[in-house]
Amino acid sequence: MEPILEAINLSKRFGGLVAVSDVSLKVETGEIKAIIGPNGAGKTTIFNAITGVDPPTAGEIRFKGQKLNGLKPYEIASQGISRTFQNVELFDNMSVLENVMVGRHPRTFSGLLSAVFHLPKAIAEEKAIRDDAMERLAFVGLSSSAQELASKLPFGQQRVLELARAWATDPELLLLDEPAAGLNSHEATVLADLILKIREKGTTILLVEHDMELVMDISDEIIVLNYGKKIAEGKPEEIQDNQEVIKAYLGEDFKGR
Amino acid sequence: MIGLAPILESQEMSASIILQLILSGVTIGSIYAMVALGFNIIYNSTSIINFAQGEFVMLGGMFMVSLVGPLNLPMWVAFPIAVLAVTLIGTAFERLCIHPLKMPSVLSLIIITIAGSILLKGGAMFAWGKETFSLPHFSTEKPILLLEATILPQTVWILGIIGMVVLLLALFFRFTIVGKAMRACAANRPAASLVGINVKRIVLLSFALSAAIGAIAGIIITPISLMDYERGAILGLKGFGAAVLGGLGNPMGAVVAGFLIGIVESLCAGLISSHYKDAVGLVVLLMVLFIKPSGLFGSAQVSKLKKF
Amino acid sequence: MLVLVALPMVMRNPYYLGIMVFMGIYSLITIGLSLLMGYAGQISLGHAAFFATGAYTSGILTTKAHLSPLPAFLAAIVLTACIAFLIGIPTLRLKGHYLAMATLGFGQIVYVALNASVDFTGGPSGFGEIPRIALGNLVVESQLARYCLVWALVVIVLLFSLNLIHSRVGRALRSIHSSELAANAMGVNTSKYKIQVFVLSAIYASIAGSLYAHFVTFISPGSFDLEFSILLVTMVVVGGMANVWGALLGTVLLTLLPEFLRGFKDYDILIYGSTLLLIMIFMPEGLFGLVKKLRSVRGRM
Repeated sequence: MEPILEAINLSKRFGGLVAVSDVSLKVETGEIKAIIGPNGAGKTTIFNAITGVDPPTAGEIRFKGQKLNGLKPYEIASQGISRTFQNVELFDNMSVLENVMVGRHPRTFSGLLSAVFHLPKAIAEEKAIRDDAMERLAFVGLSSSAQELASKLPFGQQRVLELARAWATDPELLLLDEPAAGLNSHEATVLADLILKIREKGTTILLVEHDMELVMDISDEIIVLNYGKKIAEGKPEEIQDNQEVIKAYLGEDFKGR
Repeated sequence: MIGLAPILESQEMSASIILQLILSGVTIGSIYAMVALGFNIIYNSTSIINFAQGEFVMLGGMFMVSLVGPLNLPMWVAFPIAVLAVTLIGTAFERLCIHPLKMPSVLSLIIITIAGSILLKGGAMFAWGKETFSLPHFSTEKPILLLEATILPQTVWILGIIGMVVLLLALFFRFTIVGKAMRACAANRPAASLVGINVKRIVLLSFALSAAIGAIAGIIITPISLMDYERGAILGLKGFGAAVLGGLGNPMGAVVAGFLIGIVESLCAGLISSHYKDAVGLVVLLMVLFIKPSGLFGSAQVSKLKKF
Repeated sequence: MLVLVALPMVMRNPYYLGIMVFMGIYSLITIGLSLLMGYAGQISLGHAAFFATGAYTSGILTTKAHLSPLPAFLAAIVLTACIAFLIGIPTLRLKGHYLAMATLGFGQIVYVALNASVDFTGGPSGFGEIPRIALGNLVVESQLARYCLVWALVVIVLLFSLNLIHSRVGRALRSIHSSELAANAMGVNTSKYKIQVFVLSAIYASIAGSLYAHFVTFISPGSFDLEFSILLVTMVVVGGMANVWGALLGTVLLTLLPEFLRGFKDYDILIYGSTLLLIMIFMPEGLFGLVKKLRSVRGRM
C-alpha cells in the first residue's frame, strides 16, 4: 500500500547552516512512527517542512501520493495533517472548549455572511461543532474544565488540550512535537495511552520525542537523526541494539536496556 | 501642475531645474534621515517604534524659536539649550510611559507612544499656540551659486551638522563604552543583560539620544521649512518611511534612504504636482512595506552595517 | 435597548440629541474597529480614510451626480469595500509596528488626496449642500429623526457583529489574535479572515461616513485626519478592546468627555492623550476589563 506520508531527499538550509540534509522517510497508514535524535538534529525542522510553516530548501513531500510542496500551512492542515507544538501553542485567550472548537474549523464551512446573518445552517453547524468538541473533551478527560481559560490549565493538561485540539481536525496524520516534554512520568503515561487511543480511532501518528521510555513503548517504527542526517531506521528493539545509534545518540557506554 | 512645463522645454534650463530640485530634496531628505536615525536608535535597543519621534523634531524647532525670539539668546547659546530641553523631555517620556510597563504587547506599545505623541503635541499647542513660527537663518540668506543651481547657506549648515551628527554617532557607538553597550543590547538583549549591562538604563539612554537627534533636526530645519505644533506627525511618518526603506535597525541605510525619499519627493513636487508632495514619501513607504519590508539594504550582507 | 428608546423621550433638547447622533456615528465605526483590533488583533490607524470614502462618495454622488442618497449610500459601501480589499491584501500581511505604520500611511495618503484633488473634493475647504436623507416624503431633518436612524443602524450593526463573534468565523479571528501559527495549523486561512474583517470594519466606517455627510451636509478633509483615526482607536482601547461592548462604552465616554470639559475647548487633545496613556499603563484591558474584574472579585466575596 502507498505510504500516507513520504518525504524524498528533504533538505533544509538556514543561511550556511544545514539543518536537514537529504533525509527520506515514509510513514505507513495506521502506524506510530517516532523521530528521535539529539537536540539540533533537525526533527522540528522536518515537522515545519511537512506542515508548510517553513518550506524545505530541496526535496519533495507527498501526502497520500499528492505533492505538498508549495501549499500554505492552512491548506496542508485542511488536507488532513494536524500538529502540536514543542512549546504548546494554545489560544490562551479562549476557553478550553473553544480551543477544541477551533480544531473543527477545517471540517466545517459556515462563512462570514452566514455568521453575520445568523442563518439556520450556521446555527445548526455551530451546535454540531460544540457537541463534537465536548465529546472530544470527554474522550481526553477535560470535560470538567471546558469553560476555563486555556491558559489557566496546569501544564500537563495544556499538552492534552493541544492534542485534543489537533485531533479535533480529524487528521489522517497527526504530528506531535515532543508531546511529553515537561510532563512528569504519570502525566506522560496518561498521554501515551491517549496517543494509542487516538491511533486506534484511525489516525496515523508521527512524533518527535526525547522521552525514550515513551518512544520505545508506543512506536512501531523509529527514525534516528543526527546532525540533520538519518543514521538509522527500524523497530524499537532494532534501534536499541544499533551500534551507530548508541554511539551517536545514547553515548559511547550505553548498551541497550 | 502648471508653471514648470514651459521652462522644461528648454534643455539647459531643465538640467538646472532638476539640479535645483535635487538640492532641495537633499535638504529635506537629510531631515528624514535624522528622524530615521532616531527611530533606529530606539528600535535597536528596545524593538519599539516610537511614534513620538516626529514630536521631538517639532519640539526642537519650537524651543529654539522661543529661545531665539522672545528670550533673544544668540543662536550658539540657544542651540544646546533647546537640544537639552528636548532630551530631558525624551527622558521623562521614557520614565513615565515606557518604564512602568511590564511585558507590554506590541499593540499597547504602539498605542502608548501614540498617546505620548498626542500629549507632546497637545503640550506644544498649549505652550506655543497654533501659529507657524519662523527662525532666522544661521548665517546670511544670500544664495550660493552651485553649478547651474543655487543653494541656501542654511542648506550647507544642515548638511554640515548632519554630517557631524552621523560621524559623532559612529564614533560614539564604536569607541565609547556606553555606545558599545548599546550595540550589545541591539545585538542580543538577554546576553547583554547577562554580561552586566543595565538594559533598562540603555533604554532610557536611547530615548534621550534619539530625542536629542530629533531636536537637532528640528532646530536646523526650522529656518527653511518653518515649524508649527502639528508638524511632528508627518515628519515622523516620512522619517519612518526612510527607516524602513533603509532596513529597520540599519542607520547607514536610514541615512541613504532619507536622502532618497527627500529627492524623489522634491522631484515629484517640482515636475508633477506639489499638491501630492506629502503623499510621495508615504507611497514610497507603503511600496517598501508591501514589496520588501526588510528594506533596500535589509539583506544579510548589510546587517554588518548595522554596527555603524 | 430600552435605554435607547427611552432616552429621546426624556431628553427633548436637540443639542443633547445631536451629541447622541454623533455618538451613534462613532459607534458604527468603533464596533468594526473592535472586531478588527480586539478580536482579530490587527491594528488600524487609518480608519478615518474609510469614514472619508463613505462621506465623500455619498456627498459627491448626491450633489454632483444628483443621485438619491440610498443608491449613493450603497455605492459608497461597494467602493469602500473594494478599496479596503485592495489595500488589505498587502497591508494585512504585515504585523505589529509595520501594520500600524502602513495603515497610518494609507490614512494620510487619502487625507492628502482629499486636500489635493480640488476639482473633485473641493480641496481643503470641502464642499456643502449635500442633500438630506429622505424616505419617501419623510425627510430626516430633525435631530430626533437622525437619532432614530443612526441608532437603528447601530443596533443592526451590533447584532451582526455579535452574531459574527459567536460563530466559527469569530472563533477563527480570535485564534489568529492569540497565535497565528497555531491558527494556521488548525486549517484557519488567516489572511482570508483578516481581510474579511478588515473589509467589514471598513464597510461599517463607510456607513457612518455616508450618514455623517447627509447629516452635516458639509464635509471637508479636516474631519478625516490622522487625529480622528487615533480618536477612534482611543475609544476602542479606553472601553476595552477585547469586547464590542467595551468599544461602545469607550465611544460613549469619549464623545461625552469634551462636553463635560467645555471650558477647556482646545485642550481636549491633552486630555485624550493622558486618558489613553493612563488606561494603557494602569488598565490595559480598558474600562470594560475593569468592570469585569470588579464583578469577579465581588462574586468571589
